[in-house]
Amino acid sequence: MSTTTDLGTGGAGGTPGSTGSPEGAALAIVPGRARSVRFPRSPKIIIGLVMLGFFLLLAIVGPWLAPYSPGASVSTTNGVPQPPSAAHLLGTTQLQQDVFSQLLVGGRSMLLVAFLAGAIATVLSVVIGVTAGFLSGLTDDLLSMLANFFLVLPALPLLIVIFGFLPSSGGSNDVLIGLIIAITGWAWGARVLRAQTLSLRNRDYVDSARLAGERNWRIIGYEILPNLLPIVASSFLFTVLYAVGTYTAMAFLGLVNPQHWSWGTMLFWAQSANAEISGYWWWYLPPGLAVAFLGTALALLNFGVDEFINPRLRAAGLTRKRVRKYATGEVPRRFTIGLTPVVELREGERP
Amino acid sequence: MRVIGRRLVFYLITALAAITVNFFIPRLMPGNPVEAILARLQGQITPGTIKSLEAQFGVQTTEGLFGQYLHYLNNILHGNLGISTSYYPTPVSSVIKSALPWTVGLVGVATVISFTLGTLLGVLVAWRRGSWLDNALPAMTFFQAAPYFFIAFLALELFSTRLGWFPSGRAYNQLDFPAFSLSFAGDVFSHAVLPALTIVVCSAAGWIVGMRNVMVTTMDEDYVLVAQAKGLGKRRVVWYAARNAILPSVSGFSLAIGFVVSGALLTEIVFSYPGVGWILLQAVNNRDYPLLQGIFLIITFAVLAANLAADFVYVLLDPRTRQEA
Repeated sequence: MSTTTDLGTGGAGGTPGSTGSPEGAALAIVPGRARSVRFPRSPKIIIGLVMLGFFLLLAIVGPWLAPYSPGASVSTTNGVPQPPSAAHLLGTTQLQQDVFSQLLVGGRSMLLVAFLAGAIATVLSVVIGVTAGFLSGLTDDLLSMLANFFLVLPALPLLIVIFGFLPSSGGSNDVLIGLIIAITGWAWGARVLRAQTLSLRNRDYVDSARLAGERNWRIIGYEILPNLLPIVASSFLFTVLYAVGTYTAMAFLGLVNPQHWSWGTMLFWAQSANAEISGYWWWYLPPGLAVAFLGTALALLNFGVDEFINPRLRAAGLTRKRVRKYATGEVPRRFTIGLTPVVELREGERP
Repeated sequence: MRVIGRRLVFYLITALAAITVNFFIPRLMPGNPVEAILARLQGQITPGTIKSLEAQFGVQTTEGLFGQYLHYLNNILHGNLGISTSYYPTPVSSVIKSALPWTVGLVGVATVISFTLGTLLGVLVAWRRGSWLDNALPAMTFFQAAPYFFIAFLALELFSTRLGWFPSGRAYNQLDFPAFSLSFAGDVFSHAVLPALTIVVCSAAGWIVGMRNVMVTTMDEDYVLVAQAKGLGKRRVVWYAARNAILPSVSGFSLAIGFVVSGALLTEIVFSYPGVGWILLQAVNNRDYPLLQGIFLIITFAVLAANLAADFVYVLLDPRTRQEA
């Protein structure tokens, strides 16, 4: 793993071909490691990934590209926000700050908080959900109760109370914000993972692993967890989406330090200047659209993963033209194991 | 009925846990909560503020923590949520009481519309799988993913500022006095249209997708095949499938209602609608902690009650839950 080429092959999911280095050989021995991961390719996933990639890039380079400091007054014209012009691509705010710069700078905090919250919440939900599903009994009852408690508790008011009592220095700490959001966002994933673990727990291959004398943590890590991966991915995306909305809402309410620039803070300033009634669309539209498109990217990815988990949800390939081709035998019908082919029934000319 | 009993116990425990969380959050924060709050208020302090805060957070008492907790529980059981600092000396409970009907009306009506509309559309989309409707589904996620208050911004700009169809805020014209008259009712209605529309547009997508996904799976069940095979009309078949597919939507209500209420609170803020969301903003801006905590508790209780109602509906709809095991 000393050269860059070795890193390249080793990084591609532990391909068995990465021989030469001792680490690569060791990896190949472990059963199940060398399996290539089947990535779903649906337009939803591709579009979602492209959009998300764009936002990630923006978060990394945005603050360096910003032509002005987000808080600085860039013009001497007082009081009235200036509409977009060549000098200020997205106009200015009431305090004559450059909206375009704020937009570029604000992405970093947003994505950092969202992904951090998603990661923490996913770890929590996997640990709690899988433990509850696998162990059953009293542990399960207590953990499920905890998850249900967080599930029915309305998150926004709880977060407002927590953020409200936070010392003011905490209001601009992205890590702390992500952590707090994660605490209120892990329960949904835990519930879904618990249900799936329950159904996997009594499968034959898990029983045989148990009879072979494998320890619990090994069964969970090597037999159960790999089969939960799509659900883990789905719950991660869901939590990131939730964190995007929640962080924006907290900042919009002014519970995050208003000088800590994010898209939510921009909306907070726009709202406190009544930008939506005064028609200063260039002020609130860019951050709002940025949040909405980031959310759309995550939701599309989530849809794609859901369709990967449950192929019946797929709509693609079931257009009328394709169905006719199936019927005439022009295109060979592909069956998926365990699924009833229902193509003719649905779209036939007569029921 | 045992199912309902068990859920009821769970909701009671949840309510107790919410009260406990509410009690401990200010006490867990570093330092003396009253001093921290006074530092934040920056000068807008009256002796009344200090007194109500000290009573709320048990600073000037000799009581132990457990005694304070029992005292707090007792107060809440009697509907005493403390005294608001920004509306001093109005009790928190009466501040909330004046705002609650607006929110319950707005969120209630909007949720019923959005659930009905979303479920029906979900059935339609699943029925016509692969049609343009189905392909429009990803586009709908935009509304689901966008923050409620951003959609509210857009609605305000478009329908109020530009087109002037609806008023831009508040629940009724300020010159009108609340009265039981037709014109006042019309006024309230026209003020409620935009906020309600926002909530419906944002929350319906979730119901549509949920219903569609379950419906698609249900349509593959054997009994649907049998219904089709014996030549029942398409509408009838879809009706049979939809009746079964709606169950997960009802049981998923608990997750959704929290989202909807949270979104609705923010929508109210944009529209200056005098509901709980609006006083929530006032409480945040004025750092009125007793009011904030009171709102948290009231919303939690309301959401728990809505969940209990959904559980009742579920038991009514699904006979399997009524069987004693």
